[in-house]
Amino acid sequence: MKKVYAIEELCLNCRLCEVYCKTAHSKSKNVVKAYKFESPEPVARIMVEGDNAHSIAMQCRHCADPACVNACITGAMQKDPVTGIVAPDPNKCVGCMTCLGACPYGVIKVNHIAMKCDLCRETGEPACVKNCPNNALIYVEEEELQ
Amino acid sequence: MRYFTSEFLIERNKDRCINCGVCARQCSNEAHYIDLDTGEVKSDETKCVDCQRCVCLCPTNALMIIKNPNQTRDNANWSQQAIREVEMQASTGGILLSGMGTPKEYPVYWDKILLNASQVTNPSIDPLREPMETKTYLGAKPTQLEFDEEGNILTKLPPTVELDTPLMMSAMSFGSISLNAQKSLAMAAKECNTFFNTGEGGLHKELDQYADHAIVQVASGRFGVSKDYLNKGQIIEIKIGQGAKPGIGGHLPGEKVNVEVSQTRMIPEHSDAISPAPHHDIYSIEDLRQLIFSLKEVTRYKKPVAVKIAAVHNIAAIASGSVRAGADIIVIDGFRGGSGSTPTRLRDNVGIPIELALAAVDQRLRDESIRQNCSIVIAGSVRNSADVVKAIALGADACYIGSSALIAMGCHMCRTCMTGKCNWGIATQNPELTRRLNPEIQYKRVVNLLHAWNHEIQEMMGGMGINAIESLRGNRLMLRGIGLSEKELEILGIKHAGE
Repeated sequence: MKKVYAIEELCLNCRLCEVYCKTAHSKSKNVVKAYKFESPEPVARIMVEGDNAHSIAMQCRHCADPACVNACITGAMQKDPVTGIVAPDPNKCVGCMTCLGACPYGVIKVNHIAMKCDLCRETGEPACVKNCPNNALIYVEEEELQ
Repeated sequence: MRYFTSEFLIERNKDRCINCGVCARQCSNEAHYIDLDTGEVKSDETKCVDCQRCVCLCPTNALMIIKNPNQTRDNANWSQQAIREVEMQASTGGILLSGMGTPKEYPVYWDKILLNASQVTNPSIDPLREPMETKTYLGAKPTQLEFDEEGNILTKLPPTVELDTPLMMSAMSFGSISLNAQKSLAMAAKECNTFFNTGEGGLHKELDQYADHAIVQVASGRFGVSKDYLNKGQIIEIKIGQGAKPGIGGHLPGEKVNVEVSQTRMIPEHSDAISPAPHHDIYSIEDLRQLIFSLKEVTRYKKPVAVKIAAVHNIAAIASGSVRAGADIIVIDGFRGGSGSTPTRLRDNVGIPIELALAAVDQRLRDESIRQNCSIVIAGSVRNSADVVKAIALGADACYIGSSALIAMGCHMCRTCMTGKCNWGIATQNPELTRRLNPEIQYKRVVNLLHAWNHEIQEMMGGMGINAIESLRGNRLMLRGIGLSEKELEILGIKHAGE
C-alpha cells in the first residue's frame, strides 16, 4: 500500500506538515479557523521530532499487523481490508488509550477519542506531503521507495 | 548603545498568526522567537535582513517585512545608507562587506536599448511553426577551411563546445555557495545541454557525474586545481578578475571551510581560503600566454581555454591581448556582477557597465581582425531574455547567468551572503541551512527558467525575421538607443531610435 515516508536529510523542522495536518482534520479546512476558533481544537496526526540539526516527521506506519488494532478493547480501531488504512471508528472508540500504549511508534494521540493519521483518505492526497516545502515527505508504494 | 535603527520592521498580523513557530524555527538570524512564558511567537526586527524566508513559509500570510519609517532626517546628499555605513564603520573599524551585485542607481544600458521587429518589407517568423536555432558554439573559429578532393576538412579545427542555448551558469564556487546549490546548477546544465562553472573552489567528487557539463576555473588561489580536474571539465577558465570586485581576490573565511570544502579545495580544514589579488605568475600578456598554453598542454589541446576579466577602463586592449595570448573564449564580467562577499566600496565604485565593455571589446576585436579567434561570453547582471538578445546583438556569443539562477533557486536578494546565514540554503555551509535547498526541486526551477528564456529569445528573434542565433550575433542594426548621448551611442555602435 502507499504510505507516507519521511526523508530525514531533507526535513527542515519547519513543522508545516503539522499545521496542514491539523487543518486537513478540521471542520473548516482553514488554517486560521482551525487554530483559533474551532472547538474541540483539531489535532495534528503527524509530529516532527527533533530540532533544526536533526528532525523527522513521525506518523502512523499503517502496519501489516497493527498492535493498536489487536489491543483495541472495543473493536473501534480497524485496518481497512481494501485500502490498508488503520483508523478508529469514532462511534465505537471510548478513549481508553490502550492503542496509544500499544503503538510501537508512539504516533497515536488521544483527545477524548483516538486520533491518528488516516492518510487523508477523504481527499486521497495526504496534506502533509502536499504542503512539505522541501519534499521531505513522499507518498509512495513501499517498492518505489528506492 | 545602538547608534543605528533597524532597517526593517516585521509586522505580524495577530488576527492571522497561529503561533505555529515556523518563522522562529526557520530564521537563522533569530529575528523571530517563541516566548516561552506566553507561548506566543514574537519578533526582533533588529536582526531581520529581509530575506523573506518567513514570509514565504508562513502558512497564514501573517507576516510582512517593511522598511522602517523611523529614519534620520531626509538629506539628498547624506542618504540613509551613507549614514548607516559611517555608523557601522565607526562601530567596527572594518572594511564594509556586501553580497550580490551593486544596488546603486547606475545606468542600465539594457533598458536604454530597443529591439527591432519586421514589418511588411521582410517577414517575421513564428517560432511555434518554424524551426528556430539557438545552438551556440564556443571557442576559436578557423579563419579558412581547406578540403581534400573528397570534401573532407583538412584544416585542423580548434576545440569548440556546443550549447543548446546561449545561456550558461556563472562561476559560483563550492564554498561560496552550498553543494546542493551547485549541484542544482549542474543538474540544470546537464538537462539543458549547457554548462555550469565550478568557480574557483574545485570540483566536488559528487559532481563528477556532471563533469561533461562543467567549466573548470583556475583562479589566483589555484584551489582544487590538478591535472585530473582540468581534464574533467569541458572548458578551462582562467579567472583574472570578477565584476563585483575587480582587482582583488576572494576570501572564503575559515569557518566555511568544512571537511568537504577543504577536500575539494585541497586546503586544510578551517583555514581561510585567500585568493591573491593577482595571479602571481601573471604580470604581463606574455605570462598569461604561458598559463594558457600550460593548460592547453595538460589537456592535449582538446579543450578551449577561457580568460575571464572584469570590465574595467582599458577592457578592449586587455581583451585583445588575451586573445593574442591564445584565449579561445573571452569572458567579460560587468561591474554589476554578483559576489558572495565583496568589499562594498569596490563593488559600488570599480569597473564599467557590461554593455559598454562588450560593445568596445567586440568592436576592437573586429577592427583587429581577430574576432573569429575567440568567442565572447558576458556576465554581470543579465536579468532576462531581452538582455540576452541585446547582448548577442552587441556581439556576445553567450551569456552567463548567476543572480538570475540563484533567484530561481529561492534567493531573495537580501545581499547578506557574506554572513553565511543564508536562510534559503544557497550561500552557506551550515548543514541545517543547506538541506533547505533540495536539488531535485530547485534544478527543475533553473531548467524552467532556461527554457522560458530560450522560448522568449526565439520569439524575439522571430519578430526580427531571424531564424538562427548566429544571424543575430553582432547584428547591431537590430538595436536602437533611447535617451543616450552621442558618445554612448558611438561606444555601443548603435543608432538612436528614429534613425
